[in-house]
Amino acid sequence: MTAKANTERRDPAVPAIELKGISKSFGPVQANKDISIRVMPGTIHGIIGENGAGKSTLMSILYGFYRADKGEIFINGQKTEIPDSQAAIAAGIGMVFQHFKLVENFTVLENIILGAEDGGLLGPSLSKARKSLIELEKEYGLKVDPDAVIEEIGVGKQQRVEILKALYRQAEILILDEPTGVLTPAEADQLFRILGRLREEGKTIILITHKLREIMEITDTVSVMRRGEMTATVKTSETNPEQLAELMVGRKVLLRVDKQPAKVGKPILEIENLRVIDETGVERVKGIDLTVRAGEILGIAGVAGNGQSELLEVLGGMRPATGTIRINGQPLILEGTGSDGQSRRAQGIAHVPEDRQREGLIMDFHAWENVAFGYHHDAKYQANGLFMNNAALRADTEAKMKKFDVRPPDPWLAAKNFSGGNQQKIVVAREIERNPDLLLVGQPTRGVDIGAIEFIHNEIVALRDEGKAILLVSVELDEIFSLADRIAVMFDGQIMGERMPDATDEKELGLLMAGVAGEAA
Amino acid sequence: MDVMPKWAEVILVPLISLVLAAILSAVVILGIGEDPIAAVEIMVNGALGSTYGWGYTLYYATNFIFTGLAVAVAFHARMFNIGGEGQGMLGGLGVALVCLYVPWPHWTIALVAACAGAALFGAAWAAIPAYLQAKRGSHIVITTIMFNFIAAAVLNYVLVNLMRPAGSMDPATERFPAAVHLPTLHELLLPLGINFSKSAPANVTLLVAVLACVAVWALIWRTRLGFGLRAYGHSETGALYAGISPVRIIMISMLISGGLAGLMAVNSTMGEAERLVLNATEGAGFIGIAVALMGRSHPFGVFLAAILFGFLYQGGAELALWTKIPRELIVVIQALVILFTGALDNMVRMPLERLFLRMRKG
Repeated sequence: MTAKANTERRDPAVPAIELKGISKSFGPVQANKDISIRVMPGTIHGIIGENGAGKSTLMSILYGFYRADKGEIFINGQKTEIPDSQAAIAAGIGMVFQHFKLVENFTVLENIILGAEDGGLLGPSLSKARKSLIELEKEYGLKVDPDAVIEEIGVGKQQRVEILKALYRQAEILILDEPTGVLTPAEADQLFRILGRLREEGKTIILITHKLREIMEITDTVSVMRRGEMTATVKTSETNPEQLAELMVGRKVLLRVDKQPAKVGKPILEIENLRVIDETGVERVKGIDLTVRAGEILGIAGVAGNGQSELLEVLGGMRPATGTIRINGQPLILEGTGSDGQSRRAQGIAHVPEDRQREGLIMDFHAWENVAFGYHHDAKYQANGLFMNNAALRADTEAKMKKFDVRPPDPWLAAKNFSGGNQQKIVVAREIERNPDLLLVGQPTRGVDIGAIEFIHNEIVALRDEGKAILLVSVELDEIFSLADRIAVMFDGQIMGERMPDATDEKELGLLMAGVAGEAA
Repeated sequence: MDVMPKWAEVILVPLISLVLAAILSAVVILGIGEDPIAAVEIMVNGALGSTYGWGYTLYYATNFIFTGLAVAVAFHARMFNIGGEGQGMLGGLGVALVCLYVPWPHWTIALVAACAGAALFGAAWAAIPAYLQAKRGSHIVITTIMFNFIAAAVLNYVLVNLMRPAGSMDPATERFPAAVHLPTLHELLLPLGINFSKSAPANVTLLVAVLACVAVWALIWRTRLGFGLRAYGHSETGALYAGISPVRIIMISMLISGGLAGLMAVNSTMGEAERLVLNATEGAGFIGIAVALMGRSHPFGVFLAAILFGFLYQGGAELALWTKIPRELIVVIQALVILFTGALDNMVRMPLERLFLRMRKG
């Protein structure tokens, strides 16, 4: 209603958003320290930083989820209080979350008016929304079928609905939190085209991401956050990925993994016609065949939710399946007794799970207890038949912490009190030090800072060079490219094709990830 | 980083909760026109002022240690065992069978056998809800609470129709033989030259309860089983990842829990009543929940909380005896303690955490 007025009143020299001296702490953790930032209207402003750098906190303050301890917010030059998200919407701010807030069994139209209905009856709101949806489509090229049910449309379209929701609420400023995390490269490109169009129409966009490539591709200005502080704001055209990475981490970073060509040996893991049906009766893995040989890293690329997790869970003994899996020629039991995590470990499989907080670690346990997690039956951790040898366990933990540079190296600290990167180092240390024949690795660097990524990647490559087989699942194509010796792409529970990393590119993999079979598949 | 030092977490928070509960209780006592200071005096004198008082306080505490440990063990596996009452009743049946139908030469052997019987029956009673939870997903809170009623009915039937001595009008078994009489604290302490009250029911089972505390502590924090149990309690998916079988953990934790609840019957049935009566548990199964909550599911905390509740029970009885304060009010006071130490924990914790933060910064 007031959007048009806002647009007219707007002075291109006045920042659309200005934050002055924003500070916020949660308990002893200072998430934001004296942050000031100016976002000019009609630009795309990137905010980049490692996990835990305070990006999400800052945006949550802007969207009214948290109140800043100190500092002021100016919208279009006006000092604005944002006590809740209603106030943020009223101020013309729209947010697209990393995890969509859509009602799955509602239609697009119903989702768009949800929370913005005009009265007790839905009819008028729906027809009004239908009209403005057509206008928005014309204006920004955002095409979505208004009557489609959310759960039946793709992730890329769902994200578009989120953007439309914000625009329908007259948003002039759009905040997107890690928007490409769930998209294929092609969908990401489409999103960027839409963002470009929105910019042309005068909208202001804040893009939060940890992917340097996206920053370089689309933004006008970029702000770097590190440990709760804004370390720099630069024009994107005047910087480069290496400089940004350095600003994020605080030191020089190697963005590529240094590795020798693989010396591939005999097959370690052989999978034939593997099928997985989940608890709800849906077939998640639809008869796949894979082989991983000694001394190689097989990378499984694919958009999240296409059966990769289920594949890892079957191999890790967390889920029943049918088909054949052999490790070193020995068949694995896939259902019932003997198919659990303990049996898998006994057969030489170690597993760095996708979700370290829910699976790989017990967050309330001390670090030393977590080092025994999954291996608490090991003879070396037993004092006698009855009790565990906690002292030996703690000594072992200290050694592992030292070797894997876990900080702080305190075995008594609870897992939840380590940073994401150090948590992951504890898991990786535990699994790699087991000297497994096959290492399963799921999203090894999700939520891990760049410094730790480097370390973890090098450890994985080192294990490969010792002649072990490694199965890597990652949704980050960059990670697949820099680690894998061979790439298999999964889509809808099937392997769409295998490629050698130097004989393919992101475009081809992107097509495979979207379910388009290549000619030479 | 933890916000509060450990001592504040373990001692200060429950202590403040307790003081708040006491203040509110005082207000209620004032409200019905009695003097709260005098009430406290009567409670303290009645429960702790004599070896007689101590004898009762410790007797109640023994019951509460067992039922508190029962809830605590299950709680570490994130099982909420509300069935301590029923498991305790069935434990009583186990004790009665052991004591009545086997001729024991000496109380020591009888004690061991009675413990086994009580634990076995208690565990068996917990096994059915545990199996239903593990295999069928029936919620353990619902099933255990239903099993309390079933246990009461079963006991009623057994006492009235099967175990009641011929001609007796009382739904209770006959008296246990003298050979299984457990020494009271009076008998135990007399050789040491301490003249403990003769008529107080506290008995040698107290020592069994203390042993149980140590055993539970070792089980939870020193064994593989305890490790798996705690891991499952914190994260089910985590347990799955580590290859810890949820079915196994649910069954074992509930069997141990039921066994511990059953053990309270050794104190109440064998040690005090010396025969099996209806409702021998007297609500101790439920008090166990409060004891475990207040004791933070740690055996030492359970021990202290059990003594506190023993004090409240005995002091409360004295209060009803010597003042116009009705017995129901004692229940109110106990409820306030449970409310503040259990349910309203965060009300005390949050401001305290903020205080510690400010102190650290300042």
